[in-house]
Amino acid sequence: MTNTGERSTSERIIENLNRALHALLDGDDRVFFLGEDVLDPYGGAFKAARGLSTKYPDRVLTTPISELGFVGVANGLSLAGQRPIVEIMFGDFIFLAFDQIINFAAKSVSMYGRRVPHHLLIRCPVGGHRGYGATHSQSVQKHFLGVPDLDLFELSPLHDNTALLPRILARDHPGILFESKVLYAQPQLGEGAIDDLFTCEFLDEERMTAHVFVDRDPQAILIASGGSFPACWQAARQLLLEHEIEVQIVVPFQLYPFEVQSLAPLLSTAPALYVVEEGTAGGTWGAEVAAVVAEAWPHRAPVRLIHSADSIIPSARHLERDVLVQPENIVKRVSTDLHAIHPRSHHQ
Amino acid sequence: MIPPANLSHPVSSANASACPSRETLELLLLIRHFEETLLRLFQSGKIHGTTHTCLGQEYIPVAVMPLLRDDDFVFSNHRGHGHYLARFRDPEGLLAEIMGREGGTCDGVGGSQHLRRDRYISTGVQGESLPVAVGAALQLRRKKRGGLAVPFIGDGTWGQGAVYEALNMAALWNAPVVVIVENNGIAQTTVRSANMAGNIEGRARAFGVEYLRCTGHEAEALQARLAPELDRVRQSGAPLVVEFETRRLAAHSKGDDTRTPEEVAALRAIDWGADYQARWPEIFAEVDARMRDRMAAIVEEVESRALSSWSNR
Repeated sequence: MTNTGERSTSERIIENLNRALHALLDGDDRVFFLGEDVLDPYGGAFKAARGLSTKYPDRVLTTPISELGFVGVANGLSLAGQRPIVEIMFGDFIFLAFDQIINFAAKSVSMYGRRVPHHLLIRCPVGGHRGYGATHSQSVQKHFLGVPDLDLFELSPLHDNTALLPRILARDHPGILFESKVLYAQPQLGEGAIDDLFTCEFLDEERMTAHVFVDRDPQAILIASGGSFPACWQAARQLLLEHEIEVQIVVPFQLYPFEVQSLAPLLSTAPALYVVEEGTAGGTWGAEVAAVVAEAWPHRAPVRLIHSADSIIPSARHLERDVLVQPENIVKRVSTDLHAIHPRSHHQ
Repeated sequence: MIPPANLSHPVSSANASACPSRETLELLLLIRHFEETLLRLFQSGKIHGTTHTCLGQEYIPVAVMPLLRDDDFVFSNHRGHGHYLARFRDPEGLLAEIMGREGGTCDGVGGSQHLRRDRYISTGVQGESLPVAVGAALQLRRKKRGGLAVPFIGDGTWGQGAVYEALNMAALWNAPVVVIVENNGIAQTTVRSANMAGNIEGRARAFGVEYLRCTGHEAEALQARLAPELDRVRQSGAPLVVEFETRRLAAHSKGDDTRTPEEVAALRAIDWGADYQARWPEIFAEVDARMRDRMAAIVEEVESRALSSWSNR
């Protein structure tokens, strides 16, 4: 983390997530947790499950390497009135479970003629920057867009999982929570000052849509996926300090369906608007957001998209860096677009 | 009444000759006339979409369903009309569903292969319901009331990896799943010898899963054979695979049969219907005529209904 300034809390994001999972299993004996290598002392590949199997041994299932199978088992538990949570070890593996997610979990809600509740939360670690290569680094979110009754969410440093995860699981249809792996070790932030420049507030009562700003009129707004927030934050600092461009950042917890209403006060004043995500080019979440914004404000300037290259994710550090969105890509794109390059005398 | 079981060897036509009860025969012939009626309605353009009839296999759900309790989960498949009719005896609801009329089981949204009612659920994706059945079975076992999850699959379904992932977990976790395999020897147009290496018994036993083979087509004798086996699963939780050797008399769907007329004729010659008719001609003729008339009346009544509406979506 290159940002400086005060933190709202000393909790790390993985600890916040782990605390949320403990609270869910503690508060409701219909909640199950399934996934690969999730038992203590290992507690899952990224330790989100730490302590769960010790406290709730009969509702935490460590599974064979069978994504299709164990998402199906979770569907069966849901069918029997339970509220399962599934951990996919690496998001790239979620494709193995595509049939159970799309054809069973999501379609079951409505394809039998009347609405049938189907409670299911799938947790899905995604993203690169760790040198794991093409099959362990992908941002898979875009492949799940546009499925009726399948909600998509993304972990961010700003959103409190202990408040939001119970609400996802209480919905009458399934959801996937995408979790950028590089966030886990970072500090959990929240409402209030997040550094010496930026403040975070929520635009809605449910605290789903975070708004990060400096107290000035912005020249641009970045709508950022949770995982790309750190890059956007760093870029926003640099744009302000080196280019005197104020950008604000909006981070929706819910990626899809994209809820545009809470953004109305911001977007109707029409600064330049960007969507930033780590996913690679083509059929992106940003394209979906742009379509929703265009529908709501037909006369605004087009939404601009910032995403990773049209590429697999390579392993070597320098190659991976070239493919994935970096803070400097955002700085360059925004400053060039706005024709407002005014470097300050002290820039690094 | 269910005749006493002969547990020493598999049941076949040769060693069980009691005349079926009127109730059993009615259900068998109701399913047969339902399916034959559907094929005629398709031919006359009165039904939209697709269907997969279970002609030739009717006796399997007739044997199995009476052994199941209301709290058991049943997972059916694309060829599931017989399963539904044997579970609920509701030809009106099913026909209305397939014809998109008011009163259909799922308001015409699901259609032939996506039915849900109470703990009965069907889907058109091969093998999908096996892992789901394992999850449902885990919860049934947790309730400790002896409930079962019972997926119906075919021989072709064994091409799907989901089947093996599910068998592995069912055995590992002692999930009370009874897999009913309707092995009709043909997957759409592909014969078993072209898509299955080894056999179903070997595949089940590889996971340490109990296996039972059922031949013959006498519903009540098969039911008696199965009853203690299902009770054992209710008590132990250990999963079971039951393979029925059966035959599909009609096309996979409507008119897509690539078998020769001679091949199909050979199957019809050993069909349960032909056999029952020869052995119990009087009661067969009486019930057959009554079920034919019943289906005709049902078609007339359902056709007169308004189109279904999808309000609760």
